Amino acid sequence: MTEEKEVKKYTTISIPTPLAEKIKKRIEGTGFNSLSSYVTYVLREVISGIEEESEEAFSKEDEEKVKDRLRALGYLD
Amino acid sequence: MSKPHGGRLINRLVKKESSDVAELPKLEINTDLSEDVLNISNGVFSPLEGFLYGDDLESVVKEKRLADDTPWTIPILLDFDKQDIKDLKEGDAVLLTNKENGLLAQLNIDEIYTYDKKSLAQAIYRTEDTDHPGVANVYNMKQLLIGGKITLLDSKTRQFDNYNLSPRETRFLFKEKGWREIVAFQTRNPPHIGHEYVQKTALTFVDGILINPIIGKKKVGDFRDEVILSSYETLMKHYYLKERAVMSILRTSMKYAGPREAIHHAIMRKNFGCTHFIVGRDHAGVGNYYGPYDAHDIFSEFPDLGIIPVFFRSFSRCTKCDSVVNDKICPHDQKYHINFSGKKIRELLTNGEIPSEDMMRKEVAETILKFDKPFVE
Repeated sequence: MTEEKEVKKYTTISIPTPLAEKIKKRIEGTGFNSLSSYVTYVLREVISGIEEESEEAFSKEDEEKVKDRLRALGYLD
Repeated sequence: MSKPHGGRLINRLVKKESSDVAELPKLEINTDLSEDVLNISNGVFSPLEGFLYGDDLESVVKEKRLADDTPWTIPILLDFDKQDIKDLKEGDAVLLTNKENGLLAQLNIDEIYTYDKKSLAQAIYRTEDTDHPGVANVYNMKQLLIGGKITLLDSKTRQFDNYNLSPRETRFLFKEKGWREIVAFQTRNPPHIGHEYVQKTALTFVDGILINPIIGKKKVGDFRDEVILSSYETLMKHYYLKERAVMSILRTSMKYAGPREAIHHAIMRKNFGCTHFIVGRDHAGVGNYYGPYDAHDIFSEFPDLGIIPVFFRSFSRCTKCDSVVNDKICPHDQKYHINFSGKKIRELLTNGEIPSEDMMRKEVAETILKFDKPFVE
C-alpha cells in the first residue's frame, strides 16, 4: 500500500453539546444513522458549493465547439 | 442544477504526447472496463478518480458508501492476473489500452489487492446464483484488483458520439437553456406510450428532461442502439417541446444489480447535472432476484444522495378512463387495464406490424420498421 493510502481516514471535531443534541433530534427518522454522517453531509455540501464556484469553465475556443455540437443537435439556437 | 457527487466534477483528461508514456508496460482491457475508464475521466463517475482501493471496496460492499462516507453502491474495479504483466508492483504505472475505442490511459498502481468473489457477489447482487448475469461476471473476473488513479490520454471517435455529451457539456447545456430542475430518464428500449406518460408526468414539475439511453453491450433480441436513438428522435420531434427535452447517451454496461444499481444510475445522472431521476418498477432488475419496489425502498438509506428519485409504480392504459393511468390515480378494476407489454410490441414489430396507437406512436413504430434488422441477432 502506498504512503497516500496509509493516511488516517477520520478525525475528531468538537462541536457544542447543545448543537449536537439539536442535530440528533433533527436527524431522527431521516435516514442519517449518526450525528457524524449528518455533519459530514452538511460540511461536504458547503465545501462543494465553494469548489463549484471555482470550477474551471470551458475556454472560449472549447465553449464555441460545445455550442456548435449542441446547435447541431438542435438543442441551442 | 445538482452539484457533482462528492462535490467536484472529475476531469482526468490530459493530452500527453504518446512518446511521454511509450516506455510504460501496456495492459489491454476489455471494452466494459475501458468504458469505466472513460466514465471516470470525464466525470460521469465523480468523485472517483480511478479504480477503487481496497478500503473503498470494503466500504462499498458493507456500507454502500466509499471509505469517506460518500454514497456509492456499485464497485468500479480493475481485475487482472499476475501473468498479464510480469513484475507488476505497487508504485508502478501502466498504460491501459482497448482496441475497440482506441483507449489510451495511464493507470498509477497505488494498490494491488485480493478479494472474495462470493461475498462480493452476495453483497452487490444479493445472490451467489451464477445464472444472474452480474454474478456470472464476478465469477469470471481475474484474481487480483488494482486500485489507482487513471489519466485519460486518448480515445477515438465512435458511432453516436454526436449524442455523447459529457457531464460538463450537459451542465453547460442546462445552464444555457436556463433549466434549474432537470429530470433524467434512463432507457434501453424505444419509447412506447407508457414511457412517454412517465416522462411527461415528471417533466410537468421541472424545467426540462434529459432522455439518457444506455448504449453498449446488448443481448440477442434487444433493440439495436441506432433503433433506440432514431425512435427517440422521432418521438421528440413530433411530441415534445424542443425547449424542454434533450437526449444524450450513456456508454456503460448494465450490471442488473437492481436496487444498488438504481442508486448508481441516480449518481451518474446527478453528475450530468440532473436534480431528479425517474425510477420505475424493478429498475435494473433481472429475473426474480429483487422485489418489484426494492429499487424504490433503497433510496431511504441515502438522505444525502443529492438527487431526488421520482418513483413510478405500474402504469397501464385504462379503457374506462380512456387514458394512461397508474395505481394511484385510477379506481377501475384490472379488467379495464391494458398493460404496456414490451414483449407484445416486439412481436408485432418483428412481424412488420405497427402496434396500436394505444401502445406506441405510429411515427415511432414506422421509424423502427424502417430498419431491416431492428434487433440484435
